[in-house]
Amino acid sequence: MTVAQEFFRKPQAILGSAMLALVLIIAVFAPLLAPYDPYERLRVQPDDLFAPPDAEHFLGRDDAGKDVWSQLIYGARVSLLVGFAASLVSMGIGTAVGLISGYYGGTVGNLLMRLVDFLMVVPDLPLMLVVIAVWGRGLLNIILVIGLLGWTYTARIVRSQTLSIKERQFILRSKSIGASNARIILRHVLPQVMPLIVAQTVLDISASILAESSLSFLGLGDPNLISWGSMLNFALDRGAVSRQAWWFLLPPGFAILWVTLALILVGNSLEQIVNPRIKSHHLFDARRMVSLIIPLPPAPQSLKESQDNS
Amino acid sequence: MIQFDYLFRKIVFALLTLAVIIVFNFFLFRILPGDPIKLLFRNPRMTKQAQETIRVQFGLDKPVWINTERLQSGDIGGIFDSQFGAYISNLFQGNLGISFAQRSSVNEILAERIWRTALLLFAGEVVAIVGGIIVGVVAAWRHGTWVDASALIIGLTTWALPTFFLGIILLVIARGVLPTSGMVEPGAAKEGTIEYWLDVGRHLILPATTLAVGSASAYMLIMRSSVVEVLAEDYILTAKAKGLSNIQILKNHALKNAMLPMVTIIALNLGYVVGGAIQVETVFSWPGIGRLIFDSVAKQDYPVLQGAFLLLAVSVILANLVTDVLYSILDPRIKAS
Repeated sequence: MTVAQEFFRKPQAILGSAMLALVLIIAVFAPLLAPYDPYERLRVQPDDLFAPPDAEHFLGRDDAGKDVWSQLIYGARVSLLVGFAASLVSMGIGTAVGLISGYYGGTVGNLLMRLVDFLMVVPDLPLMLVVIAVWGRGLLNIILVIGLLGWTYTARIVRSQTLSIKERQFILRSKSIGASNARIILRHVLPQVMPLIVAQTVLDISASILAESSLSFLGLGDPNLISWGSMLNFALDRGAVSRQAWWFLLPPGFAILWVTLALILVGNSLEQIVNPRIKSHHLFDARRMVSLIIPLPPAPQSLKESQDNS
Repeated sequence: MIQFDYLFRKIVFALLTLAVIIVFNFFLFRILPGDPIKLLFRNPRMTKQAQETIRVQFGLDKPVWINTERLQSGDIGGIFDSQFGAYISNLFQGNLGISFAQRSSVNEILAERIWRTALLLFAGEVVAIVGGIIVGVVAAWRHGTWVDASALIIGLTTWALPTFFLGIILLVIARGVLPTSGMVEPGAAKEGTIEYWLDVGRHLILPATTLAVGSASAYMLIMRSSVVEVLAEDYILTAKAKGLSNIQILKNHALKNAMLPMVTIIALNLGYVVGGAIQVETVFSWPGIGRLIFDSVAKQDYPVLQGAFLLLAVSVILANLVTDVLYSILDPRIKAS
């Protein structure tokens, strides 16, 4: 059974893919789907501000009299763009670091893993906040910061896989017929690790989208773009709570939840297929298992180290 | 006996991490677009005299990293006669500079607020850890049933939910029932009285719950898969064959082993929780470090931002060190043979 066949046999995978596909379509065709242009300057009447949903404005209007539904549609573009671009950055770095430290090991490998430990300890959001506050709130800066801080899990997974793959027979055989290290890494190790990288990257996208929305919510989003986080920033800042403007407060949050949940469902399904772990336990009847299993986080580094030593 | 080699390595790593953070903090705020001196003097209310004090205090008339001039003239001590040297020496004297926006030192501002954030974090984490472990164990024990499935669905959903949005939802729901803003009702009770602390407690409910739900779902999911994995081990089957009850097996065999990954996760999650606290404090106007960071970003109050970041990073690094020590006590495999 191919990975694709196995993937689409899982209910959670189908659900997640469908949810994700919907958002992708909305983001791509935003100008066609949005009834209004949210970037257009408006002349508004006092009655338009926080106007509740009606026939013309399906999700009402915001504090500046703009159509919330159109903003929501355009917001999908920013979230997905940042999510995918930042995860691409972290996928590249994580893969490179994991392959190098796993394959070569030694001082360089150790130093790289200490860098991973360092990044895992440092609190992400405060670090992103200060960097963006200093560098400026451009889209590129946001993508770079999220990407540069988000590659640790990928690196650890790639490294542990590489460590086990490089001990296999066919690697020794390639070496003995004169294959270079670069060739072995790229032609033999990388293809074997790739499925795991993809699964982890899907999960990283959801984390990146969450990070972008948190930054935007805290007022550090790109000031020229509408994103779901910045919508919530405006909603809270301009008193949508006291106006009880639920149409402005709830949709952006549920949109974020929708996308991250979709990505988690897809990522978990992939990880289960390419990285099979627990299938049953002895206290319960295996026939009644639901297919949903959260993958375990990578084993604690400290434990592994100490086991090696003792 | 704790394995000292293990502890030693952990302490060295924590110190190195601290050093990197301190250097990074200096570096970050010195590579600002534009002249850092101009930036420091962006505060229009600053007098000429105050400007001069800052110039001397931060060594802004000196080279950034190393004073090569004094070094070349054979003065080894001159190495540290630089902006970096001044930064380090200020830091070790506990001097974090003066706020642009308020007329007080960063130290005072942080000292006033740190315990409020600590209170929020403590309340939220205790609820999250206890709740997450209990629900996780029950879900794992009933693995594959509707109990497990619903715990999983709720856990996944709250896990995917941005902390600030959860806060907004609770804010909308509980408006009018519970206080949704600040730490006390202004002028309601004198500081230090029982009424005052009861008021703080009432104000704490919503922010702490928000913070707890986000972490609890992570702990629950980890605890669940950890217990499920342990329950699949052969020694559980052996225990079952000995005729032990499910409760006995869970308590004596499964939980002890499943708790270890939890300790690691709680430590790793700390950085995330601190990020959550910034969001929660922003939503509920809780006057802690998080709200301070949010306000300082808006006001471009860089000294406060720098100090607050340093404080949070150092706290998380130290807390991680404490957990590592705890881990070595909990896990018999780390003890010396």
